[in-house]
Amino acid sequence: MLSLRARLALVASAALLGMMYILPIWQVSLAAPQYPEGLGMQIWLNTITGIKPNDLDNINNLNHYIGMKRIVPESIPELRLMPAIVGVLVAFAAAAAATKNRKLATLFVVAFVALALAGLVDFYRWEYDYGHNLDLENAIIKIPGMSYQPPLIGSKQLLNFTASSWPAAGGVAAFAALLLGILALRIDRAPRVSARDAIAVPLGTATV
Amino acid sequence: MSSPRRSRFVAAGTGVLALVGYLYACGPAKTSSSMVGATDAPSRVYVAPGTQDEFYAFMSGGFSGQVGVYGLPSGRLLKVIPVFSQNAENGYGYNAETRPLLNTSFGEIPWDDTHHPSLSQTDGMHDGRWLFINANNTPRFARIDLTKFETIETLEVPNTGGNHGSPFVTENTEYVIGATRFSVPIPQKDVAITSFAENFKGTISFVKADEAGKMDVAFQLLVPGFDYDLGRPGKGPSHGWAFFTSYNTEQAYTKLEVNASKNDYDYIAAVNWKTLEACKAAGKSKAWAANYAHNTYDDNRHMASSEMKKSVAVILPADCPGSIYYLPTPKSPHGVDIDPTGEYIVGGGKLATVIPVHSFSKMMKAIEAKAFEKEVEGIPVIKYDQVMAGEVQNPGLGPLHNEFDDKGCAYTSVFITSEIVKWCFSDFKVVDRVPTYYSIGHLLVPGGDTKKPYGKYVVAMNKITKDRFLGTGPELTQSAQLYDITGAKMKLLLDFPTIGEPHYAQAIDAKLIKDKQVKFFKLAENTHPYVARSESETGIARSGKNVHIKMTAIRSHFAPDMVEGVQVGDTVLFHVTNLEQDWDVPHGFAAMGSWSDAELLLMPGQTRTLKWVPKYPGVYPFYCTDFCSALHQEMQGYVRVAPSGRAVALQTSTKARPAVPAGEQ
Repeated sequence: MLSLRARLALVASAALLGMMYILPIWQVSLAAPQYPEGLGMQIWLNTITGIKPNDLDNINNLNHYIGMKRIVPESIPELRLMPAIVGVLVAFAAAAAATKNRKLATLFVVAFVALALAGLVDFYRWEYDYGHNLDLENAIIKIPGMSYQPPLIGSKQLLNFTASSWPAAGGVAAFAALLLGILALRIDRAPRVSARDAIAVPLGTATV
Repeated sequence: MSSPRRSRFVAAGTGVLALVGYLYACGPAKTSSSMVGATDAPSRVYVAPGTQDEFYAFMSGGFSGQVGVYGLPSGRLLKVIPVFSQNAENGYGYNAETRPLLNTSFGEIPWDDTHHPSLSQTDGMHDGRWLFINANNTPRFARIDLTKFETIETLEVPNTGGNHGSPFVTENTEYVIGATRFSVPIPQKDVAITSFAENFKGTISFVKADEAGKMDVAFQLLVPGFDYDLGRPGKGPSHGWAFFTSYNTEQAYTKLEVNASKNDYDYIAAVNWKTLEACKAAGKSKAWAANYAHNTYDDNRHMASSEMKKSVAVILPADCPGSIYYLPTPKSPHGVDIDPTGEYIVGGGKLATVIPVHSFSKMMKAIEAKAFEKEVEGIPVIKYDQVMAGEVQNPGLGPLHNEFDDKGCAYTSVFITSEIVKWCFSDFKVVDRVPTYYSIGHLLVPGGDTKKPYGKYVVAMNKITKDRFLGTGPELTQSAQLYDITGAKMKLLLDFPTIGEPHYAQAIDAKLIKDKQVKFFKLAENTHPYVARSESETGIARSGKNVHIKMTAIRSHFAPDMVEGVQVGDTVLFHVTNLEQDWDVPHGFAAMGSWSDAELLLMPGQTRTLKWVPKYPGVYPFYCTDFCSALHQEMQGYVRVAPSGRAVALQTSTKARPAVPAGEQ
């Protein structure tokens, strides 16, 4: 049986997951001297857009020099699946909170972790594919040994551009949702948690 | 030679030497006293790399027919805006899209003479929406959109000879004003020039200006046949009035330099446009037949169109009492300027020895008291002493124009003695003067015609530069000079050359404009009749002797880039659309042997048409003229021309290739 606090944490977790429907999850920005106004794209649950209205087209136009495939959101199957996957996770969290079912809550957290890892692996594979499978027949700029895979997370120099990849607001919300899910499982283990707190708090105070 | 005589000789010689020495000492000393210390001036005008100017200055291009845009205080040239002259640099006035802006009742005119830029106002302050400018030679007005820095509207003015006293805006841009510099027979007719006094008239025009695309001559006041030179609308208490200088009240028609300079007084005409509005509303205007062009540019069609207007509302002073009065003003006044409070009407008697300043409140009292000295063709002339607020003594020779600061002082340009003279309304006394190099015409203070000038700089616009810049043969640049006016003494900071002849100029706080700039035109909103919004929409079609090619440009190729099926005797119309949707990515287009049109410069999302008439069989290259990308040199193509009568199938590279999916660029 889940405590009230654990159920509240699950409700909050579901709500934060819901933010993924209205906020971008990930952002890849490109910086170069001749783009002082910035250039970049945002990955949403169901689409990819430019940070500014035409950024995606402009990135595609630039990518044609190196023979990279056009990024066409409609042709990326993951973008069609992700809303349903997140929907299932939200349903799990909500059901666990409603039924006070601890197993459901555990299942939610495990599924969440598994899907998040799968998502990151998939994103890496996608980036690898775009960065490596170049149309060398029609590429204009060809540099031996050069590939153009953007970083999974962090910054990387790709020719004249510094590509930076970071979670956006929706991604941060998802991470917070995962932490809340884990918290919901741990809050219920009241005796052990408070025993540990009993030690941690005085120690913490002493340190301060 | 006796000793006394020798000593007198020596004394005289010494005297001459001393005098020469004094003169030499005097010249440079005068110059250096007006200069900021060598360490100070550079820092005042230095806009460091990567930083931007504080003001936009819009300077008329004079006989170039264009507008020059400069940054202040650096004096850097930012853009030349084509207005009334063809501009081969970007094809303005050569291509089908922009030629209608040059249309008039005389047909298309490739050139004019711009004089006075005027920024739109709201409540007497620059609002950064539009810039207006006049064409002096074939009387016209233009409106420039300050989100694009492009001409979007031109209007011809009927019944006018020399549209000089314009296009100054009223306090809320209700109207831009105009006046005929040269009186002419109105309406035009073939008469003896010696019948000037009988047949020649002037007009004062009010052009509705508050809505883009809807400029219209609201009404014209028919006035005696003098030369109406410059004008300014009132502001604050004098809002609703406009003031125009006149000269040649002698009504000379030959050797004007002598014959129009005989009278001691000419007039400033005070015109009440609110009264004229009421008279027109009351049906007291007459609809005169006329023929004048109104041309507008459509942002979505990327194309201008022209319509001819056939009638204009004319009001006779006798039909609208109270609409016009004359204020006697010494010696052929040139400029007339209204101070920021709207109370003072400052004339520029170019041959006068004083600067006459009239008072608006005194004028209103004199009108009430009917303090008139006479009437001229039914127009009351107010007694000079009843309207005059003061005369500035010793202003130098040839005072022309005035701008104002934020501290109740005026800066008058003085042409013959080449100087700026500062005086204040508190006592009408000259407090400072500084030389200009040389022969200053107009001058500007940023915001100087508004209710709240910035009072930071005054810019002199000089007609003669001689030794100020490196020589360039007989034709020398004209120039602007920037002076600091924050202290008690004006200080020269910078000289910079200008395009054409900068008559008048206005400057506006950059903050009011720079963040509103259009960066590209949206392709999805492009409704040009020959637009190709993607490569899949390109194509070639024959219509009689015309071959239309819908073409696209994107880094770094044209589509199509191979064209066949054209014959000598055909006219090829390249309709090129720039598919880019990003800032600062124009493409250019030019084809070999293009003898009737200039190149095309295509802004992102824009469509333009190059008319190309091949003269000889062969294969001719075309290419991108604006360095667009790393593969700009590869951005080229060929058009094959067969001899006249030899039919070759119409064919393009895009038609030969598999179709590009819709939406693909």
